[in-house]
Amino acid sequence: MRQGIALAALAAALGGCASTADRDPRDPLEPLNRSIYRFNDKVDTVIAQPVARTYRKVVPGEVRDRVRNFFGNIGDFFIGVNNFLQGKFEEGVGDWARVAFNTTVGLFGIHDVASDMGYEKHNEDFGQTFGRWGARPGPYLVLPFLGSSDLRDGIGTGLDIYTDPLGEVRPYHLEYGLWGLRLTQTRADLLDASRILEEAALDKYVFQRDAYLQRRRSLVYDGHPPREKEPEDEEPKKNP
Amino acid sequence: MKNRRKILSALALLATLAFTPLARAEDEPPDQLVKNVTLEVVDLIAKDKEIRSGNRAKLIGLIDAKVLPHFNFSAMTALALGQSWNKATPEQKKRLTEEFRTLLVRTYASALAAYSDQKFDFRPLRAKPTDTDVTVQVRVLQAGAQPVPIDYSMEKTAGGWKVYDVMVGGVSLVANYRTEFNNVVRESGIDGLVKNLAAKNRSLDAPAPAK
Repeated sequence: MRQGIALAALAAALGGCASTADRDPRDPLEPLNRSIYRFNDKVDTVIAQPVARTYRKVVPGEVRDRVRNFFGNIGDFFIGVNNFLQGKFEEGVGDWARVAFNTTVGLFGIHDVASDMGYEKHNEDFGQTFGRWGARPGPYLVLPFLGSSDLRDGIGTGLDIYTDPLGEVRPYHLEYGLWGLRLTQTRADLLDASRILEEAALDKYVFQRDAYLQRRRSLVYDGHPPREKEPEDEEPKKNP
Repeated sequence: MKNRRKILSALALLATLAFTPLARAEDEPPDQLVKNVTLEVVDLIAKDKEIRSGNRAKLIGLIDAKVLPHFNFSAMTALALGQSWNKATPEQKKRLTEEFRTLLVRTYASALAAYSDQKFDFRPLRAKPTDTDVTVQVRVLQAGAQPVPIDYSMEKTAGGWKVYDVMVGGVSLVANYRTEFNNVVRESGIDGLVKNLAAKNRSLDAPAPAK
């Protein structure tokens, strides 16, 4: 069902035709992306943010940490898979050690004991794996409900969702409950960041797009991206 | 072996003693500077009931006093504008820098206000003593999530080390403003950008709408 949403989004985004010039070459579908962005923003303002804010107000921080850890633990298994796919075996073994320790000693993942033992949490997904294999990001996309993405990461996100262990949970109402809780937790964790974005940006769409593209590039290279040529090559002197 | 170590540590001590009296704030190594300022600011906020209960003006005052002196805002503005900077008049440059500084301070205040007891991991500086352009790395640790790296790009100036860019989680603040700034400059020129920034700052000073 969620795969369906992601794929439909992708198809819709690719179907939209790029036309006139003077557009950012990384974002040929800007008009379509902007309208999906406005739609997402509405959904976020009307539903996601109020729910997340209430959640943060009602549920104590200590409990929210447990919830974050629980879902983090579920994610660690495929983070490990992606590290293996990228040839980073030490990291992959570390991720799986995290799952082993946190699931047992950490009581189904609600305590992140592995971090205290020195197994650091990583950030990996299929989009990053494709990037590591040499796939270019392709055009920037805004996916309905899911937000910032690009062609490469959109396909990656499809796979992330397809392989998500939560998809195996039965009965269905439990599965959907867990998805809902995870979304709420994630949105609550981002409340401060999204407020800062709101304040910092002249044009939220552009600011968020550029931040997304920079962030993903950094993640693909695990924080050490090679120097990128600026579109305007020469930078002015730093001390005018 | 043991003797040699003793001699070495004695030498190290001597060297430290010899150079300490000369060290002024301007000579503070960049990684030490970042660590001291970060811990001082966090400590001041923790102790200040008014700031913690949301006194934004006071928080901004604290940033003005403790953090701003270590930033090179004209360099940041120049980098964010790219080529348009060279076309700006000195007066435009001055006003752009002022407005951009105000915006960054407001944003920084919001980021600090969201700070809640996370721990910092100050990474050792990887640079030669002769380097004049370095990256100081700090990581913010949080339970159950990947640490957030904050990288300060710093340049040695006559007045000590100054920050000219901050990267949060791999996102360069200066680079992130570049597209926005260039879009506005293309549409309404540099004066348009000054106006746009000033309007943004005024809207941030207005009391926040209740959400």
